[in-house]
Amino acid sequence: MIALEKRPEPSSFWRWVAPIVAVALTMAAGGAMFAILGKDPTEAIRTIFWDPLFGPFAAHDRPQLLVKGGPLILIAIGLSLGFRAGVWNIGAEGQYILGAICGAAVALAFYPLDSWVVFPLSALAGGLGGWAWAMIPAILRTKFNTNEILVSLLLVYAAEQLLASASLGFLRNPDGAGFPGSRNLSRYDAAANREILEGSGIHWGVSAAFLAVPAAHALMTRHRVGFHIRVSGESPRAARFAGVDPNRLTIFCLGVSGALAGLAGFFEVAGPAGQISIDFNAGYGFTAIIVAFLGRLNPVGITLAGLLLALTYIGGEAAQATMGLPAAAIQAFQGMLLFFLLGVDVLTKYRIRPARRARA
Amino acid sequence: MTFAGIDPLILLASLMVASTPILLAALGELVVERSGVLNLGVEGMMIVGAISGLATAVETGSPWLGLGAAALAGAALALVFGFLTQTLLSNQVATGLALTLFGLGLAALMGQGYIGVKPPPLPWPDLSGIPVLGRLLDQFDAVVLISLALLAAVAVFLKRGRAGLVLRAVGENHDAAHGLGYRVVPIRMAAIAFGGACAGLGGAHLSLVRVPQWTEGMTAGAGWIALAIVVFAGWRPWGVLLGAYLFGGTTVLQLNLQAAGVAIPVEYLSMSPYLITILVLVIMSAGRGRTAIGAPASLGRIFHASR
Repeated sequence: MIALEKRPEPSSFWRWVAPIVAVALTMAAGGAMFAILGKDPTEAIRTIFWDPLFGPFAAHDRPQLLVKGGPLILIAIGLSLGFRAGVWNIGAEGQYILGAICGAAVALAFYPLDSWVVFPLSALAGGLGGWAWAMIPAILRTKFNTNEILVSLLLVYAAEQLLASASLGFLRNPDGAGFPGSRNLSRYDAAANREILEGSGIHWGVSAAFLAVPAAHALMTRHRVGFHIRVSGESPRAARFAGVDPNRLTIFCLGVSGALAGLAGFFEVAGPAGQISIDFNAGYGFTAIIVAFLGRLNPVGITLAGLLLALTYIGGEAAQATMGLPAAAIQAFQGMLLFFLLGVDVLTKYRIRPARRARA
Repeated sequence: MTFAGIDPLILLASLMVASTPILLAALGELVVERSGVLNLGVEGMMIVGAISGLATAVETGSPWLGLGAAALAGAALALVFGFLTQTLLSNQVATGLALTLFGLGLAALMGQGYIGVKPPPLPWPDLSGIPVLGRLLDQFDAVVLISLALLAAVAVFLKRGRAGLVLRAVGENHDAAHGLGYRVVPIRMAAIAFGGACAGLGGAHLSLVRVPQWTEGMTAGAGWIALAIVVFAGWRPWGVLLGAYLFGGTTVLQLNLQAAGVAIPVEYLSMSPYLITILVLVIMSAGRGRTAIGAPASLGRIFHASR
């Protein structure tokens, strides 16, 4: 038999190798899943992971990598701060929806004004909307000691109902002949989230994500708040002695992650999605949880993980179109990835030893 | 006897039926949490139970086999969680989330060919002939009775007898229980599997009896509400019953209000069960610590026996 022995220090080698092993294992298990579904596993894996980057249509797919990776990275960066401090915001999907609703509402309130102030004001409203939605679990946690995991998650279902109400009611396009959904923001020049460089996929949301990465890195390594986050996650008791106010930290972590998710929601609705509709949200808020863990809660790691998960979305869509692979297979695939990562991660904190025969 | 056209017994019956999936899932999670493990994957296990139960019932023509398959599927998924958290010592919060994300994807994948398919009905004798209570019993189904019987069994198990005491000891202080010679990991694995089976059964009640068909995402947060109800119940079995009925009551009330065409938009009525669950959570936890409200002391902590 074998036994686990705790390492004195987590292994930095396995910390970074574990995600790679997890991706390899997921490809193997995913291949088996595709084979059960009656699809050629090697072709499926190639369609998902290789063709979008190097295949015949790569020139079209590569910018999409940034379009889909941007929101994932932006949300995951915010979540990672809380996850490192032991503050579990798992309701980013709801904050993302609220950001989209608030941002779109402000933009539509200005319609059809053509002024440069519309876009920044709408983005600000989006961030504030996500922030406010995240403040509900933050305040309930700090004032009433209510579990933030459950509150933030339950608020996702409330947000989805609000989204339905917005697209059928208060934000419905008055010129839309009664169809659900708001006016198309990507066709309203003053509010549209345009590509900064034509054809590159880099819109304002992607650049916000690329700004958030170094900012989060600086915060975690250079700033006192970053120290407070790290010490709270590793030893809440030591954090108290270091003078950390746990309530302020909870409000900070939930606030930042909510605001970033809200921004991501606005950028999505004003760009790639175009309009508020019942199902414009593509589950980025949940996938970002996988991104945050796969990236080791580290800004640089999250960037790579975000691009990888974006690849599964793009490749998954391609596999749907060319091989008839069901959309749900990709969702199961992404969940599997987190499972394997958490499993392989045992090697970061423990080493495997043959167990001694004689036991006291 | 009716009030304003609503028969109170029928209302009670529909409330009990509406709360059965949540009652089952919360009951299973209660046992898991009393053993010191926090499994946030209830939603994932419920939805996989829902589709496994429906698919098995449709393929075999037997709703009973469907219920059995749902419980097995829930337990199997729970054991994956158990292996990761108990053997590979992974973080329980993250692993539970992974279970929910994976379960939602897996269920959608399994449900591809079953959208809109009606399962065979669960047989139920005609009890409307029984005076007074007949009107109540006539609305019931076998799963409602199973859930109530399981509730009583869990209550007795935890309160009386040695096995329940050992389970609670493991949940309160796993190091002490280990020191006394109890095998913490197998005990927790058994609790996790039981929790998964209950969640799967709860999911099958949705897909085989309440709806009855398969739609993607049909559990709609029921698993998360079940987790909240365990907190509301203060980790006590009869509290779970109260919490589930409170939730069932809200659901039935808002559905009746929707049907009655009240001036409140449908979306805000559909939101109410989630908001009321949050409100109840706040009331329960306000101003008190985790253990003061009855949380097991080892809840969510990783157990690693160095020897």
